[in-house]
Amino acid sequence: MLNLLRGMGHSLVDAVWKLGFICRFMGVLLAQSGQSLLRFRLVVREIYFAGVMSLVIIVVSGLFVGMVLGLQGYTTLARFGSADALGALVALSLLRELGPVLAALLFASRSGSAITAEIGLMKTTEQLDAMAVMAVNPIARVVAPRFWAGVLSMPILAAIFNVTGIFGGYFVGVSMIGLDEGTFWSQMQNAVDFHEDVLNGMIKSAVFGFAVSLIAVFEGFDARPTAEGVSSATTRTVVTSALVILALDFVLTAFMF
Amino acid sequence: MATILASDSFIQFDDVHFRYGNRPILDGVSLSIPQGKLVAIMGGSGSGKTTLLRLIAGQLHADRGRVTVAGQDVQQLNTAGLYALRRRMGMLFQFGALFTDLSVFDNVAFPLREHTQLSPSMLQDLVRMKLQAVGLRGAASLMPAELSGGMARRVALARAIALDPALMLYDEPFTGLDPISLGTIALLIKQLNQALGTTAVMVTHDVHVSLSVVDYVYFVAQGKVVAQGTPDEVRTSTDPFVRQFIDGAPDGPVRLHYPAADFAADLGLQGIQHA
Amino acid sequence: MKRTTLDLWVGLFAALGCAALLFLALRAANLTTSVANEPYTLYAEFDNIGGLKVKAPVKMAGVVVGRVAGIELDRKSFRARATLVVDKSYTFSRDVSAEILTSGLLGEQYIGLMQGGDPDDLAENDTIKLTSSAMVLEQLIGKFMLNAAEKPSAPPAAE
Repeated sequence: MLNLLRGMGHSLVDAVWKLGFICRFMGVLLAQSGQSLLRFRLVVREIYFAGVMSLVIIVVSGLFVGMVLGLQGYTTLARFGSADALGALVALSLLRELGPVLAALLFASRSGSAITAEIGLMKTTEQLDAMAVMAVNPIARVVAPRFWAGVLSMPILAAIFNVTGIFGGYFVGVSMIGLDEGTFWSQMQNAVDFHEDVLNGMIKSAVFGFAVSLIAVFEGFDARPTAEGVSSATTRTVVTSALVILALDFVLTAFMF
Repeated sequence: MATILASDSFIQFDDVHFRYGNRPILDGVSLSIPQGKLVAIMGGSGSGKTTLLRLIAGQLHADRGRVTVAGQDVQQLNTAGLYALRRRMGMLFQFGALFTDLSVFDNVAFPLREHTQLSPSMLQDLVRMKLQAVGLRGAASLMPAELSGGMARRVALARAIALDPALMLYDEPFTGLDPISLGTIALLIKQLNQALGTTAVMVTHDVHVSLSVVDYVYFVAQGKVVAQGTPDEVRTSTDPFVRQFIDGAPDGPVRLHYPAADFAADLGLQGIQHA
Repeated sequence: MKRTTLDLWVGLFAALGCAALLFLALRAANLTTSVANEPYTLYAEFDNIGGLKVKAPVKMAGVVVGRVAGIELDRKSFRARATLVVDKSYTFSRDVSAEILTSGLLGEQYIGLMQGGDPDDLAENDTIKLTSSAMVLEQLIGKFMLNAAEKPSAPPAAE
C-alpha cells in the first residue's frame, strides 16, 4: 500500500518535472527558430518527409472515412426522411471534427513517430553531440526545422483530408445511392459556414500540428540513447499525441462552437 | 617523473570534481596539456576519461574546480562564447558520429557550410583536400552506411579537421578497428599533430598504439590522475598501476572483480560438496 | 541555391493544400454567395420569431436575396427585431411584407418577403412594418386541441 502510494507520488513528480522540461524545451526551440526559418530550405526538406510522404495515407483514409460517413449518414438520415441533408452531414462532421482529429492522429503515427525515431537515433549515435561540438546548435539545425515542417504540414494535410472525405461522401451518396447531385452540394453550401466551420477546423488542425510536432521532437530529443530508449520514445510519441489531440479537441470545440 | 610546465599549457584542469547523480566520476583531477603536443589520457573503462573530454568541450559542467581552455574558463562561458571556442575545436567521436542522412562529401562540408560563406567551388576544393588527407577522396559520393568502420572513422576525422582546429579531441579513436585501419588512424593523428601544430588530447585504453604516437601520457583511475610521463618514462616505469596497465595483468591495483560479497556465499554453496 | 525535385514535391504539396482550402471555401461553404457584394440593412419586427436563427436566408419568391444578420429583443415593444442584410441590387416597396416560413415540415426557418404595391422603395435602415410571426408548432397543436375539445362540448352548451 505504502509502496503503491510512493510509486504514484514518484510518477506524479516525474510527470510535473517532464512538463516543466517540455516548457523550457519549447522556449529554447522557439528562440532558436528564427535561424532555421531564415534557412527555409531545411524546413522545406522536412516538409517533404513529414507532409508529402503522408499524402497517400491521408488521401486514402480521407476517402474511406467520407465513404463510411456517406453510408452511415444515409441510413440514419433516410429514417427521418431527410436523406437530402447527407452533403451537409458529411461536410460538417469532416470539417468540424473528423478531418482535423483523424488527420492529426494519422500524422502523429506516420510522421510524428518517424521524427522521434530519427532524432532519437541521431542522439544515440552521438550525431547531436557531434553537431554541438562543431558549434552548431542541434535544436536550431535538427529540431526546429522538423518542428516547423510539422506545424506547416498539418493544416494542409487536414484540408486535403476534408476534401477527399467530402468526395468519398459524394461518391457514396450521389454515385452509389443516387441522391440528387445538386441537392447534395446545395445542402452542404447552406449548412457550412466558412468562418464557423472551415476556418475553425483549420485553426484546430494548426493547434494539433503544433502539439504533435512538439511532442515528437521532444520525445526524440529526450530519448534515452539506447535502441530500447528510442523505441519506447517512439511509442510515447504516438500515445501521448493521441491523448493530447483528443483532449485538445474537446477544449477547442468547447471554445469554438 | 617530469611534469610539464603549466605556463605554456593550452588546457588546464584545476582540482576538478564531477559526479553523475551520486556516483563520483572525477575526484580532484589536475592536469595540463601544453600547446602543440599530442597527449593521451589512459585508464580503464568507466574511469572518467570521456568525461574529461566532455568537460573540455563544455558539454558537461564540473561540480567543483576549473577547466581552462586557451586561457578561457569553460565553465564561465555563455553559450555564444562556448560556441566561439568550439569553432576552434575538432572532435573525433568513438564511432565517428557521421550524419547518416548526408553523403561523405556533405558530412565533411557540413562545418564549412555552417560557419563560412565559401563559394561552391572553393568549398568543393577544400572538402577534396580534407578527404585526400585521409585518403578517401574517391569515396566522396558514398553514404555513411556504405562505409566500413575504419573508413567512417577517417571521414569523421576529415570532418573534424575541416575548419583547421587549434585543438583536436579524440574519443577512443582506436576502438573496434582492425590492425590496418588502426595503424592508419594512428599515423593520421600523428601527422595532423605534426603538420598543423594542433594541440591534441586523446582518450584511449589502447596502450601500445598510443605510446607509439603521443608525446605525453596521463593515467586516470578512480577519478584521479594516478601516473603521468612521456612514453619512454611510462615504458620503464615501476609504478604498479602503470605496469599492470601496460602488461595487461588481470589483477593488480585495478581489480578484475567489482566489489562483491563472497562468491561461494552468493551462490549459496557453503557446506555443499562437489560430487 | 539550386532547384531540386524535392522542391517540386513540396511546391505541389503546398499548391494542393491551397486548392483544398479553395475548394472548401467555394464548393463546400459557398463563400461567393453568402456575402452580398454590396449589402444594405433593413429591419423587421415580429411578435414571435420561433426558431429563426442568425444567418438564415431571406428569400423572395424562393430566391435568396440576403441573410439575417442579427436578432434582438426590442426593450420597449417587447417584440423581436431582426436585422436583414440584403443585396443592394434588390429594392422593395415600402409596404413589403415579411413572414417567417419553414422549409419542409421540420426544416430550417427563413424569412420570406412579399412585394407590395407602394411606388416608393424602402431605404437603408428602414423597418418592414407588415410582418407575420413564425408558426409555432406547440401553439398550433394547442389551438387544434382546443378546437377539438370545444366541439364535443358544444352540443351540451346549446342544450
